[in-house]
Amino acid sequence: MTSQSTAVRPAVEAGRARRKILHSPWFYVAPALILLITFTYVPVGNMIWYSFHKWDGLDVTMDPVGLDNYVRVFTDEQYWRVFLISLYYFVASFAQIAIALYFAVVLSFSVRFKNLFKGILFFPYLLNGVAVGFVFLYLFQPDGTLDSLLSAVGLGEHTKLWLGDPDIANISLAGTSVWRFTGLNFVLFLGAIQSIPGEIYEAAEIDGANRWHQFRHIIVPGIRRIISLSFILAISGSLSVFEIPFIMTGGANGTRTFVVQAYQTAFQFRQIGLASAMAVVLLLIVLLITWIQRRVLPDEEVTLS
Amino acid sequence: MTRPPRHAVRPPAPPHGAGRVRALAATASTAKYLSLVLASLVVLIPLVVVLFASLKTHSEYNSTGPLTPPENWFNFHNFATAWTAGDMLRGFGNTTVILVISLTGTVFIGTLAAYAISRFVFPFKRVILGLFLVAALVPGVTTQVATYQIVKSMGLVNTSWSAIVLFMGTDIVSIYIFIQFMQSIPQSLDQAAMIDGAGRFTIYRKVILPLMKPAIATVVIIKGIAIYNEFYIPFLYLRSPDLSVISTALFRFKGPYGAQWETIAACTMIVIVPTVVIFLLLQRFIYNGITAGATK
Repeated sequence: MTSQSTAVRPAVEAGRARRKILHSPWFYVAPALILLITFTYVPVGNMIWYSFHKWDGLDVTMDPVGLDNYVRVFTDEQYWRVFLISLYYFVASFAQIAIALYFAVVLSFSVRFKNLFKGILFFPYLLNGVAVGFVFLYLFQPDGTLDSLLSAVGLGEHTKLWLGDPDIANISLAGTSVWRFTGLNFVLFLGAIQSIPGEIYEAAEIDGANRWHQFRHIIVPGIRRIISLSFILAISGSLSVFEIPFIMTGGANGTRTFVVQAYQTAFQFRQIGLASAMAVVLLLIVLLITWIQRRVLPDEEVTLS
Repeated sequence: MTRPPRHAVRPPAPPHGAGRVRALAATASTAKYLSLVLASLVVLIPLVVVLFASLKTHSEYNSTGPLTPPENWFNFHNFATAWTAGDMLRGFGNTTVILVISLTGTVFIGTLAAYAISRFVFPFKRVILGLFLVAALVPGVTTQVATYQIVKSMGLVNTSWSAIVLFMGTDIVSIYIFIQFMQSIPQSLDQAAMIDGAGRFTIYRKVILPLMKPAIATVVIIKGIAIYNEFYIPFLYLRSPDLSVISTALFRFKGPYGAQWETIAACTMIVIVPTVVIFLLLQRFIYNGITAGATK
């Protein structure tokens, strides 16, 4: 084709070019890929770069400081202490998984008002995090709901400064987290249990298996995959707790978690380099845990976590 | 293997009752319902007392305990105060705009990407799929420090677009749901359309997209709930009061209204009520969506 004909029939050429674009897979995948790279991979790369520098986020120059930020994260008590706070949420997530598993099993057999109970147990998961924070601030405040309930059942002397006492504050917050997220585990377990074919239970019942045997030998193996996924989510979830402590205590009284600390370091004290080093450490821990989980359970295909 | 004792996990039988077995079954059943009722109370009491507080007058709030129901169940004075003081109309308006644009964007970007990945053969396809997969392992909160600098360099901080692009761009779950679902649509449909002379884009728009409705509904529901409830991103990027979404509008009450719990309670209820309504209307879809989003 000559250049002359291109000039003569530009409309046809343009149409052909357009069709060619519409036939390319890149046209379809590009928007998602551009967003993915811009808002996930570039930040991860930058974050690693920042972590070796001292930077306030505004200055045009960044001072390279080598491993200083990392040394500080691991040696300054203020920074490594936040890992210990994660342990409260980690322990709480075991309670969460156990409670969710119990109710998922109970509600997968015939129960009156099944859907009502199901709805009530799941509902907290859908609530706005700030609203949950306020509801529990109200619950835990002196002479608040919890204190009144304790007095009403004759345990009045056990009232405490639920959020003010550093010995208890983290337990109160972890309890709030259990209240909020048990419903998610519950629904996931319930879905998995319901995917086990009903005939298996019938066969087991004919063989004389009671409920406990059914739970131990049918349900648990049947939903092993989702239980192991829940543990992975529990670990990364308890390391990245933010909303509940940030809204309820602002990190006061020894409740500062990793992300609250990183937020304050970055956006209040403008130490972007140090905050980035914290984030890199957290990211490495999460990736390491996922890798270990895949090694321990190699045949389990965990596509999303 | 040793079998556990027959009644190891059941509570002991009461001393009276007809047959031992029947009494055992009855006790187990009672324990089961007791645990369900107890759990329901644990879920509901914290919410119900906030509802009580939201309906009390200021002096009534100060003179009664949290467990006392309000005198007048139709005292909506606190709701009026909260609605105007919190500028809740603006909060709901901003949330709706962000919700609609990001959900539309997510649906189109996600289905287009899923279409490319499930229907085209091209180099680096596995690499791209791997990139999406690894990104799912990176908790969003960890990278926010660096993401903030990027959004800032684009000049999007303190505009609704910051939240919109982040909600559209950080979501891997929906692309996975779309890919899963698209793989269940037979390729022969594409081929039939192609024989009829339809181009790739026409197939996407006229064949694939209409068949994707259930997956789109799933993504819209689970992502819609997540965006409605999101706090960190709006708090970080939408600092101006004009841009507040319902999460940040509610959070603003913490300072100036610290002592006026009945107003905070009313505002909390304003934020919770739409969730209750949506949940009651869409229960089944929400359960299915959550299960699909988390396990597939």
